[in-house]
Order: sequence, then structure tokens, then C-alpha cells
Amino acid sequence: MSGARRLLILGGLALVIWGMGYGLWYAVFAEHQALDGIGASLATGFAGAAKHDGAAAQAALTRYREVKYVYDRQVDIHSHWIGLAMLLIVLGIAYERVALGERLRYLLALGLVLGAVIFPLGVLLQTLSHGAGPRAVTVLGAGLVIGALGGMALGFARGPRFYRGGRTAS
Amino acid sequence: MAAEFAPLSARRLLVLGGIGLILAGMIFGDIFAVFVLHQNAARVGESLAAATQAALAGDSAGVLANFGSVGGFLENRGTKVDTHAHMIGFGYLALMLAVVQPWIALGERSRKRLAALFLFGAVLLPVGVFLIHYVGLVYSPLESIGWASIFADLGGFFVLVAAAVFLWGLWRHFSDAARPAVRDALLAEHNAASRLLLTGGVLLILAGFVHGAWYAAADLYRHETTDYNLLSQMAAGAAARDAAAVNKALGEYGQLQGEKGVNIAAHAHVIEFGLLAILLAFFQPYVDLRDVWRRRWAGVLLLGSLLLPVCVLLELRYGLLAGGFADSGGLLVIVALFAMWIGIVRYTGELDAAPGGAAGKTGGAR
Repeated sequence: MSGARRLLILGGLALVIWGMGYGLWYAVFAEHQALDGIGASLATGFAGAAKHDGAAAQAALTRYREVKYVYDRQVDIHSHWIGLAMLLIVLGIAYERVALGERLRYLLALGLVLGAVIFPLGVLLQTLSHGAGPRAVTVLGAGLVIGALGGMALGFARGPRFYRGGRTAS
Repeated sequence: MAAEFAPLSARRLLVLGGIGLILAGMIFGDIFAVFVLHQNAARVGESLAAATQAALAGDSAGVLANFGSVGGFLENRGTKVDTHAHMIGFGYLALMLAVVQPWIALGERSRKRLAALFLFGAVLLPVGVFLIHYVGLVYSPLESIGWASIFADLGGFFVLVAAAVFLWGLWRHFSDAARPAVRDALLAEHNAASRLLLTGGVLLILAGFVHGAWYAAADLYRHETTDYNLLSQMAAGAAARDAAAVNKALGEYGQLQGEKGVNIAAHAHVIEFGLLAILLAFFQPYVDLRDVWRRRWAGVLLLGSLLLPVCVLLELRYGLLAGGFADSGGLLVIVALFAMWIGIVRYTGELDAAPGGAAGKTGGAR
């Protein structure tokens, strides 16, 4: 088995476990609380409006915005880590059919693994800070994933005559 | 190739169970899309409008009652989306674990038990999630988590344990330098349907990522800001008894939710279908159909995989017409997947009927 293929498969499996562990933690300790917070802040906001209490309504809606911002990202983190992990594994399994030079194949695999870790990590950091740093991390991760995927698509598209003899590596 | 697909072997359990989970999840998703999704969205909109009208009328109790209804409708929708997504996600994971079985350094009996545990958890979690809305907190020993949630989490735990042990087996294989090289005939065999699914799948995923990046850059933050602004306008309008402002904000809010929903659905579905196409490419040698039919079903699957997300995006402009085409795309994927599943079942029958069973057969499918 080539180093690139091993990197993709083992990186993907590790990321699946990590993503599921994160999902389990999220389901037990965060999801219900977040949903309760979203519902309660919305209801409080409109109840405040019904009492002509604009300030209370605004405060509750600001709270809604903050909780929803974090909730949406936590769902995205869980789904993207697991989704990208699956992509790493399946592409790793099919990687012998990417008809490119060994060095480029390894760089593409490394880029995809790094992107798969960094992209949801950037989203996670966005829940801690609203600054430009976490967004830049997210953009970097997404760019790595798209660039690596584009390179691999090119490798697959080069056709079966470029396959390494259809061989199965150990 | 046949030896790894022996009756009740881990690979056979995971392939047939995985495709079965994906099929069940997709059929559930199509039923949900046709009979629940739009109706539920309409009820959420009606309740939100009623809550805003209650605020306009100074009726605090009415506001709380209507938001209680919104919470119920959202939980109903959320649990059904989770059921659909987890069933399909676990199906994908089962197929991936099926592919890597020859590299997992555990005894066949242990792998078989782990496969069974994985599939049990993969069914238990979505069933538990589906029941959350209906069981609620009845007889629950906990304050905010009901029995359905507890069993769903237990299912997730089983899946996690099985996946972790498989990973450990894989690590054992690669960490033992003395272990002989594994040659898996399944991955060595290429055919036209495999190539079509592999190339089409990668292109679908690439399209999904590009769409996702474009959405995040162009629309995500604008949508979040608009969501908050429109809710603020509704609340401020209600406090000021300005019915026109409230109704205007309500209309725009509904439109915004639709815009967000179709973008997220298109992004998620095109990537998932791409992943499915790649996974199915590996198992084409097991699909016991003529080559021309394997290619046709692969083409149907890719056509449906493209039709669904594109038509979902067009729903904003063409409404239910595009929605109908999107559901047809989902149906094409289901039919193609079912045809492949039948092809694999035919292969297992042929293997088991051969002299000496699976181990006695060395050739691939036609």
C-alpha cells in the first residue's frame, strides 16, 4: 500500500472516530440545551414585544442570535468531520486509480487530510471567536479540500490506460 | 473475490446491510420530503405568524403557546431529518468497512460479530431518533432526555465501539511488518460501470464543495444577519403595534428560510450521492447483471444524483414543479440502488449454490 493511500485511509478512520465522538458529546451535552435556548429566547423576545417591552425583546433576540450561531456551527462541524472522513477513506481505497506521479499523489492526499481536519476546526473556532482568524482557517481548509479534490478528479479522469496495471497493493 | 464474500461473512453482512440501510434511509427521505417536509414548514410558518399576531395584539400567553407549537414542529422535522441522515450515513460507513475487511487483522468470527453489532447500532440509533418526537419524556428517569434518546445514544455507542475495534484491527495489520501482503481481488477488478461511477462520483463531490464554498462566501453570513434582522423587525413591529411592518417581515422571513433550506439540501445531497457513487463503484464486480445493465443502472444513479440537487435549487424559482422533478431524481437513485442490491443478492445466491459454496467459486460476476 502506498504512503498516500495509507495516509488517506488511516486519517479517514481516525477522523470518523473523532467526528462520532464529537457527535456523541454534542448530542448528550449540547444539542438539547441549545435547542431549548433557541426556543426560549425566541418566545421571550416575542412575549416582551407583546408587553411593549422593546428592550427585553431585543435582548432575548440577541441571545437567540448567539445560541443559533453556535448551534448551526456545531451541527456543521459534526457532519463535515464525518463526511470528509468518509471521503478520505473511499478516495484512499480507490487511490491506486489516480493516474498522477507518486509525489503529486502524496501531496494531494496530504492536502485533503489537512483540509478535512482544518476546515471543520475553523468552524469550531468560529464558535469561540467571531474574528477574521477562524474564518481564515476555514477558508484555508476548504481551499485545501477543493484543490486536492480537483487534482484527484483530474487523476481519475486520465483514464484506465494510466492505471498502475489495475494492481491491488497490499 | 468469492472467498471474502462467504455466507454471513463480515463483508457480506456489511455490503447487504449497508445498501439496505441506504435504501431504507432514502425511501424514508423521499416519503418525508413528499408527505411531511412542506406541510411541516407550512405549519412552522403559520405558528410563527400566529405568535407574531399574538404579540401584535398584546397577548403574551398566545405568543408562548404558538412558540411551543413551533418548537414541537421543529423537533418533529429535526428528528426525521436526523433519522434519514444517520441511516444513510451508517450505510455508507458499512460499505466502507466492507471494503477494508481484508486488511482488518481480526478473526472472521470477531469481524462477523462486530459487523452485526455495527448494523444493530446503525438501526437502533435512527429508530430511536425517529421515536424521540413521539415518546418524549414518558417514564424517563432523566429531566430532559427521554427513553428514545437514551436508546438512540446507545445505538450510536454500539456503532462507535464496532468502528473503533475495526480501526484497531486495521492498525494491527499495518503495524505488523511481518504480516503477509493482502491481495483483494474485489479492488483489482475494474469494469466500465465502476469507472463511470468513480469519475461521476468525484465530479459530483467537487461540484458540491464548490457550491458549498460559494454559498458560505456569498450567502451564509448575509442569511444569518437577515434572519436576526427580520425577527427583530417582527418583534419591534409587534411592540409598536405596526401590523404592516410585522406582515412584511414575516413574508420575507418565510422566503429566507426557503432560500437557506434549498441551498443546504442541494449541497448535502450532491456530495452524499457522489460518495455513494464512489462506494458503489467498488462493489460492481459483485453486481450479477450483464455489463450493459450495470452501466445503465450506474448512469441512472448518476442522472438521479444530479437531477435532485439541481431541481432542489430551482425550487425557489419554479416551486412545486421543480420539487416534483427533485423527488423524481431521488426515486431514480432509489431504483438504481435497488437494482444493484438485487444484482448483489443474485451473486450471493449463485455463490452459495456453487459446489463447495462461496469458497469453491473463484470467478467474479458476469
